[in-house]
Amino acid sequence: MMWDFLMHNSPALIIAVPLFAAFFTPVIGRFSKKAMYAWVVGAMIFTEFLVLILLYTVYTYGTQIYVFGARPYSMAIPPDSGGIPVRIIFTVDSMSVFMAFIAATVGLAGAIYSVACEKGQSGQEKYYALVLLMIVGMLGMVLTGDMFNFFVFLEINSLASAALVSYRINKGVSVEAAFKYAVVSAIGALMILFAIGILYGEYDALNMAMIASRMQFTTLDKIAMALILVTLAMKCGSIPMHFWVPDGYGKAPGAISAMLVAASQASLYGLFRMCFTVFGLAASHITLGYFLIILGLISMFVGVTMALVQHDIKRLMAYHAVSQTGYMLLGVGVGLATWGTPAFSQYGFAAMEGGIFHIINHAMYKGLLFLTAGAVIYRVGTSDLNKMGGLAHSMKYTTIFFIIGALSIAGIPPFNGYASKLMIYESVYQFNPLLAVIAMIVSILTLASFVKVFHSAFMGPKIYPDVKEVPKSMLAGMAILTFFIILFGIFPQLAITYLVQPAASALANPIGYISRVLGGGP
Amino acid sequence: MTGFLDFSTPSGFWDPLRWIIVMIIALLISYYIWKRGNPKHKKGEQIKPFFSGYDAPSPEDAHIRAGNIYWGFITALKRYYAFVKSIHTGNINDYIGWYVGIMALMLIVFLLWGGA
Repeated sequence: MMWDFLMHNSPALIIAVPLFAAFFTPVIGRFSKKAMYAWVVGAMIFTEFLVLILLYTVYTYGTQIYVFGARPYSMAIPPDSGGIPVRIIFTVDSMSVFMAFIAATVGLAGAIYSVACEKGQSGQEKYYALVLLMIVGMLGMVLTGDMFNFFVFLEINSLASAALVSYRINKGVSVEAAFKYAVVSAIGALMILFAIGILYGEYDALNMAMIASRMQFTTLDKIAMALILVTLAMKCGSIPMHFWVPDGYGKAPGAISAMLVAASQASLYGLFRMCFTVFGLAASHITLGYFLIILGLISMFVGVTMALVQHDIKRLMAYHAVSQTGYMLLGVGVGLATWGTPAFSQYGFAAMEGGIFHIINHAMYKGLLFLTAGAVIYRVGTSDLNKMGGLAHSMKYTTIFFIIGALSIAGIPPFNGYASKLMIYESVYQFNPLLAVIAMIVSILTLASFVKVFHSAFMGPKIYPDVKEVPKSMLAGMAILTFFIILFGIFPQLAITYLVQPAASALANPIGYISRVLGGGP
Repeated sequence: MTGFLDFSTPSGFWDPLRWIIVMIIALLISYYIWKRGNPKHKKGEQIKPFFSGYDAPSPEDAHIRAGNIYWGFITALKRYYAFVKSIHTGNINDYIGWYVGIMALMLIVFLLWGGA
């Protein structure tokens, strides 16, 4: 009975649980800090549990739709609606639940890590309420099948993220970074709202499946497509619209930087969803594919070369986040450029799988690296690599976690980064060998960059004799992400079979998505 | 569970477990060689590193800081770095400028070649 209730209502509960927890966090925090920590972590564990239930449901029974306010909850088109899905509908296919798993897992690790990391800070009630709202925003963006609802969750995500970037005022520097992020996000969101208005005016619908099925691809649609795709490319941090990334990631608290990776990936998901599902049936796959490929290539190369010259540990890692996003854009871009041609089954689909696999791998290792950077800053009080050294003497576990994260991002076996990069190299090579060569060079530069961080921060004589290892809850947050890095590194086929392949198949099947919502589909 | 050990890639396969076993064997062999050591070595000798006849600097002074690493690489790409650093102004007006510029470019591209 309880199991059935959770299975049927998990899409709504995944949003409702952290949202409810967010609003009650300040109330509980007024009475007891310990109760507040337990409340926040408990809410995140329950959310993760609900995501796992939804993952199982989608894997077993296929795409799930959840219609808010409808009875039964799966009735997408009410009899008196004129054939239009008027209610807010969550359309959860394998790609959506794959992204929800990433958001919930990184969110859980971030919440546990924050317990010790933010203990000495003031305004923790607001901090945790915003953390939970940020997770609501990410989860809503990836689960919804409604354009306006997507905009609302994008705004929740952006506003909560901007507020969290400025959480530690840091002599005004963090506030400036948050201001830039907020301005860029607000203008981007306005463009998306404008595009949604165009589509609504044309097709009398806000549902993604409905818009896709009615798409005439007029000049107005092309304008809406440019507004949406360029904005989401900016929000996921692709070059040359990435400038907010080093500012925002670099000045946010450690756990928030890790969660910002997942937040940016929710926008990346939006970009892929729009390319394949909303505009995919009408637009030129080659144009869209090359749009992603070019952005990916520039992001990979400029991101890593800019990272090499940084001496602020978090700014360096932020540029790597930009660079790694390039791999995802490249992999999925090759898939999109070959979509509908024989090349898609030969290597295009594998490239998509590689790009999508890299999303989850990146969330885990980049999240871990940001947490290790936060741990270092927590102990030494500076993010300047020039002032660090010898931390491996006293922060042994943090050093081990950093090594695992660094090897993984550089694509060194047997960690998860190697598995997804191998798929991208091999498939992209068949599309164009030069692209694969550039991707490999970027990996080498990534390794070089993290060797620099390792040498500067962890090797050498003890510069900080009083430094000791970080508290256990911070190590626990890092351990959660490390578990997935090793699991997906040693058993990549596990991730491919249950997460990546279904996600790539769902993304490449807009007809199935549309028919599931509008009827006639499985 | 054996099915999850065979990771098929687009052009072949990758077996992480076998790789780990080979690496462990290689590390064990390396450890054995290192453990045997050099029988000719006498304790008390060969402690100080040779530094062209000069006194070696202290470990604190010898530690190369992050700002000095990859100096050669960065100098070789001086012109490239001069350009990419010049566009990272930190000015919010420029951030929006790039965004609007790319938006305008993609509007033209999609209007001309966006349709299937």
